[in-house]
Amino acid sequence: MRDVLVIGGGIAGIQASLDMADAGFTVHLVEKEPTIGGHMAQTDKVFPTLDCSSCILTPKMVGVGQHPNIRLYTLSEVTRIDGQAGDFTVEVVRHPRYVDESACTGCGACAEACVMKGRIPNAFDMGLGKRGAVYIAFPQAVPLKYAIDPATCLTLSRGKCKKGPPCKLACAADAIHFEDTEKRLTLHVGAIVVATGYDPFDPRLKPEYGYGAYPEVLTALEVERLCSASGPTLGEIVVNGKKPTKVFFIHCVGSRDHTVDNPYCSRVCCMFTAKQAHLVKDKVPDAKVTVTYIDIRAFGKGYEEFYERVQDEGIIYRRGVISEVFKKGDKLYVRGEDAFLGEVYEEEADMVVLAAGLTQRKGLDVIEALGIQKGDDRFFKGPSPLDPVETGIDGVYLAGCCAGPKDIPDTVVQASGAAARAMAVLARGKAA
Amino acid sequence: MEELQQPLPERLDLFTCIQCGKCTGGCPVSIKSPLNIRRVIRETVVREDLHGFFSRLEIWDCTTCSTCAIRCPRGLKPVDAIIGLREMMVEEGRIEKTIIDALDGAYKYGNPWGRAKNKRAEWAQDLDIQNALEMDPGQILYFVCCAASYDPRVQVVAKTLVTVLKAAGVSFGILGNKEVCCGSEIRRMGEVGLFEMLMEENMKNFGKIEPATIVTTSPHCMNALKNEYEGLGSEVLHYSQFVRRLMDEGKLAFETEVPMKVTYHDPCYLGKQNGVFDEPREILTSIPGIEFIEFGRCRENSLCCEGGGGRMWMEGTNQGKRLSEVRVEDALEMGVEAIITACPFCLLTLEDAVKTTGNEEKIKIIDLMELAVMGLGKTLETEG
Repeated sequence: MRDVLVIGGGIAGIQASLDMADAGFTVHLVEKEPTIGGHMAQTDKVFPTLDCSSCILTPKMVGVGQHPNIRLYTLSEVTRIDGQAGDFTVEVVRHPRYVDESACTGCGACAEACVMKGRIPNAFDMGLGKRGAVYIAFPQAVPLKYAIDPATCLTLSRGKCKKGPPCKLACAADAIHFEDTEKRLTLHVGAIVVATGYDPFDPRLKPEYGYGAYPEVLTALEVERLCSASGPTLGEIVVNGKKPTKVFFIHCVGSRDHTVDNPYCSRVCCMFTAKQAHLVKDKVPDAKVTVTYIDIRAFGKGYEEFYERVQDEGIIYRRGVISEVFKKGDKLYVRGEDAFLGEVYEEEADMVVLAAGLTQRKGLDVIEALGIQKGDDRFFKGPSPLDPVETGIDGVYLAGCCAGPKDIPDTVVQASGAAARAMAVLARGKAA
Repeated sequence: MEELQQPLPERLDLFTCIQCGKCTGGCPVSIKSPLNIRRVIRETVVREDLHGFFSRLEIWDCTTCSTCAIRCPRGLKPVDAIIGLREMMVEEGRIEKTIIDALDGAYKYGNPWGRAKNKRAEWAQDLDIQNALEMDPGQILYFVCCAASYDPRVQVVAKTLVTVLKAAGVSFGILGNKEVCCGSEIRRMGEVGLFEMLMEENMKNFGKIEPATIVTTSPHCMNALKNEYEGLGSEVLHYSQFVRRLMDEGKLAFETEVPMKVTYHDPCYLGKQNGVFDEPREILTSIPGIEFIEFGRCRENSLCCEGGGGRMWMEGTNQGKRLSEVRVEDALEMGVEAIITACPFCLLTLEDAVKTTGNEEKIKIIDLMELAVMGLGKTLETEG
């Protein structure tokens, strides 16, 4: 058996797939979105080096797309897993793309023609940008193939769009197929790498911060999209139609918090906040940027130095997280305590960024049915601290945030570790 | 009482406080009072001797709104440390006369105002309300409590609630002179023993009639009965929850136009502490003619009126502008004719604030049940 399954096409799944494909194994990579890339693709820059995230990720994504040993199934989900190490049977459902991947050239004529163009919130941009019903998530998508969202496409949802769907008329390659259907396939693999990633914490569960009620209150992922040159504002920091000048960051939103049953630290928020504070200050030099925190955890290589650099840039770190965000008239205020001063302040803000933590993905029933253990934090966990990629089930390994919040370097390390363990099973050929 | 001997940090599990300041940042009085709840927690953890607190008047500034406990990321209850310190002060007799009087009144007469026990049900004299003690088990008990029994302004709320219940054809009773204070404020002034005594007295009567549902005038009583009365089998509802249910059951509909622009002030014990945000809003917006707008600070971010936590009897340091005045001024800026609320303490503090800010001509404070009676096209005078 030389076939292996990777579930999830974020940076963890990408790295594991490339490692195993390069070693000559046949990788089946299943991704539920129309493109691979995951959360890293949404990120503008990575800490602490401030490398452009797309610039370091895109070559790996393209590598997956072009690798002769990788079979990529996008818009696909694993629905059933049976068997054991060396001999798993995996059922996969492929949701219809309504665009023929082999014919689509990625030219974008369909998206230009779509009557819904610019009217549907783009999930990749955290809803800050708009797309049409036929779309690609972002220009570096892999595969670079358009997809039709059946919920918003007029032809698919109402049976009619103008006098003949403009997208179909615009497509020179005749790649649009409204009759496309769901397909099921069965894979036989020797090992499985679980790389399902994370869901960002929903800050609506902390109503005192007004997320959802006030457009000035943003999550960190939304700010990534605002910072990105390919994002909805082309890299400009614009909130509520204007450049913010009074910016507050709030640490530990949904992390280290018993009130939402997430007592754990999400490990990455201290650093992505430092990075975003730097980016906002860089893009809006006049802005007063304040970071309110409980503790700063800058433990990785070059992290403490980066924290110091950000402070040196004039970003004010105030100990004590903001307690509430509210409107008075048409102005937004934050209220918090500077715990070093022992003073309460109520200050006007025109941009509030919530460092929302990482939580376990929902909808992992099929993987959970394998019997993988979960910790109190609901993330998957292995049988021993010495086996951070193990699941306790021979032939099934963990990579990335499905096993707990971690940054990109740690994720890549774990992905390579999981790939190595999976390849050992494939090489030995049968159950231990 | 034995556990009172245990040091506060052990008893309340305060060692895991991470000093994040979320408590102080959200504390309504922190912006104007020397009370810094984060610092209080720190002091209780590191100081061997807490007697230094006894002379600190700001311990009485806390309104027990419990925002600190609701938001504490470590799941601690900073407000309980304040109550714990008050317990120690009560224990050692280091309390002001107004508190002593309130506790004394509750002990002797079953109400912190020290009013006569046999006048408790005077407000209901002509209203033809059943004596609950003669009801069969499984009925509805209206728990009136002290403010609504004795305070002339809050008596009106009790009467309007009775009007609404009767309009909906609800069969209910009251305990009359047998009812005693729920003890909520007593506990928060630091007299746990007396709270337990009052609880036992009420529980004895509840036990006799085993009501299916207990409806309260005040969110404070609702909170105490629901969350602090041990072994109470009855469902406990604030009147806003019960009236909302009557609407659902088709027993109540408001058809009389009440043309008025209003806002709603969330009582801390109803909203923040018990999550009852929607029911009062649904009641008032179902009344035809009502134009409703929200305070900027509403729901989970509502601003306390400073009426709770014993503050009706003890002012603390009382620095700066009263938050009830802030509330009234905010409402005036919003251009509303009335602030609707659903708590006797909020009603009294806000009404005081209207007077102290000289705005009697511009804005009214109306209890939700008073508004409901208007929506039913009834007036109190013609009732009963």
